Amino acid sequence: MINQHEILETINMISHENLDIRTITLGISLADCAHPDMANLCQRIYDKVVRVANNLVRTSEDIEREYGIPIINKRIAVTPISLVAAPANGDYVKVALALDQAAAELGVNFIGGYSALVHKGYTLGDERLIASIPATLAATKRVCASVNVATTKAGINMDAVAQMGRVIRHSAELTAADGSIGCAKLVVFANAPEDNPFMAGAFHGVGEPESVLNVGVSGPGVIARTLQKLGPGANFTELAELIKKAAFKITRMGQLVGTETSRRLGVPFGVVDLSLAPTPAVGDSVALILEEMGLERCGAPGTTAALALLNDAVKKGGIMASSHVGGLSGSFIPVSEDAGMVAAVAAGALSLEKLEAMTCVCSVGLDMIAVPGDTPDYTISAIIADEVAIGMVNNKTTAVRIIPVIGKQAGDAVEFGGLLGQAVVMPVNRFSSQDFVARGGRIPAPIHSLRN
Amino acid sequence: MRAVITVLGTDRVGIIAMVSTTLAEASVNILDITQTIMQNIFTMIMVVDIAQANISFEELGQRLNANGEALGLQIHLQREDIFNSMHRI
Repeated sequence: MINQHEILETINMISHENLDIRTITLGISLADCAHPDMANLCQRIYDKVVRVANNLVRTSEDIEREYGIPIINKRIAVTPISLVAAPANGDYVKVALALDQAAAELGVNFIGGYSALVHKGYTLGDERLIASIPATLAATKRVCASVNVATTKAGINMDAVAQMGRVIRHSAELTAADGSIGCAKLVVFANAPEDNPFMAGAFHGVGEPESVLNVGVSGPGVIARTLQKLGPGANFTELAELIKKAAFKITRMGQLVGTETSRRLGVPFGVVDLSLAPTPAVGDSVALILEEMGLERCGAPGTTAALALLNDAVKKGGIMASSHVGGLSGSFIPVSEDAGMVAAVAAGALSLEKLEAMTCVCSVGLDMIAVPGDTPDYTISAIIADEVAIGMVNNKTTAVRIIPVIGKQAGDAVEFGGLLGQAVVMPVNRFSSQDFVARGGRIPAPIHSLRN
Repeated sequence: MRAVITVLGTDRVGIIAMVSTTLAEASVNILDITQTIMQNIFTMIMVVDIAQANISFEELGQRLNANGEALGLQIHLQREDIFNSMHRI
């Protein structure tokens, strides 16, 4: 029998420590929607998404009520559109509009999968899709785009890296009136996972079943509060133990909600993503956890080590709590979405270079970072190249979601709204990487990619 | 199906009466009650069986909330699985 203390602990985590299910993401294969006629293709995609995800929001809301746990986002991930739309000629923005309309109809806040995987090179579908990304992000509200430019096995496609710098700049310019928000819906990946439930990088990979339900949990607030209770005298062994236990409890909640939702929807359950995902809410912050460990500000020397401990303990606690683990599974450090990170940037404690170092020991990469609006495309490309090199060499997922905010300078504040939060524009190294990026070609895969 | 009802608030006359009346009207059987005052907050935890309930889970939750608000109480109705899942291996 469950005792009173345990019941109150759970209720307290939900009511006061921002424990929630961050996202329930339904992956849907669109492979059978491919059609050479654009209008027909769009109709087939719209029909399938609306049919398969028809009960997603209602079922999630029933479960929220019955278990008393908030499910913040209900989302959809689809097969990379560069594959589905490959037979069709014409403007891919129409496909994005069909996805946007389906998402609006279903009441989901984001639909991911406007994606291309080009780590080794481009297909015709990839070329058309990537060229249409800026217009798509400006014309739609809910569609998220991602492009995989590197893997540990294939190396880095530097032509794609160079192009993505231009795509990001163009997206920023087309959405300049809204704080260049188009770029908040675009991720550039190395080693993109096929079952990631988190946006903006979710897509339904080719190895996935017809449809599948993946869950992302949250809970930085729970971990931070746990460390507060432990106090400043505890050593790192004690810290790690406590984080593992809290992560186990958080993840069990995700596993329960995921399996119950998939049972009711009649869709196989995929994975729990063991990521610690912060929100702009006060206290729901990964930076706060690092500061609880004894750092005056996130970004101070020691931050990378603190994050390494946190990231590892969360995985160790979470792995036993779930039947299958996947997605990104690591601590997120999206700057604008984490009030503690924003404060650290504003205080001058956290720089782009420190964030890059932090991404070596956690997921997912340089995430939701605002940079000056006049940052050249080749500088953005070079930042991407650095970040995907970390992913390629360390056999892990890394990503870049960077926002050159048109009209803003370093130190300016930008409001993205909602879960995307607000950011302080970070300064970027002003020395040029133009000739480096202009070389093109591919950076070969590292020697340790040859594991057979 | 079993559920857990948690009642938090300032102690006053009639809390248990209100909750148990609401449950009786809905044909919900009470399996266990614990009640204490923690840091001046009235805390009551009930384990109930809702298998024979004559209203939906959602409606029961709404009735408890509405009646609870009238007495200045916070009432949670949750399926028991969430606590088992979190605290038991």
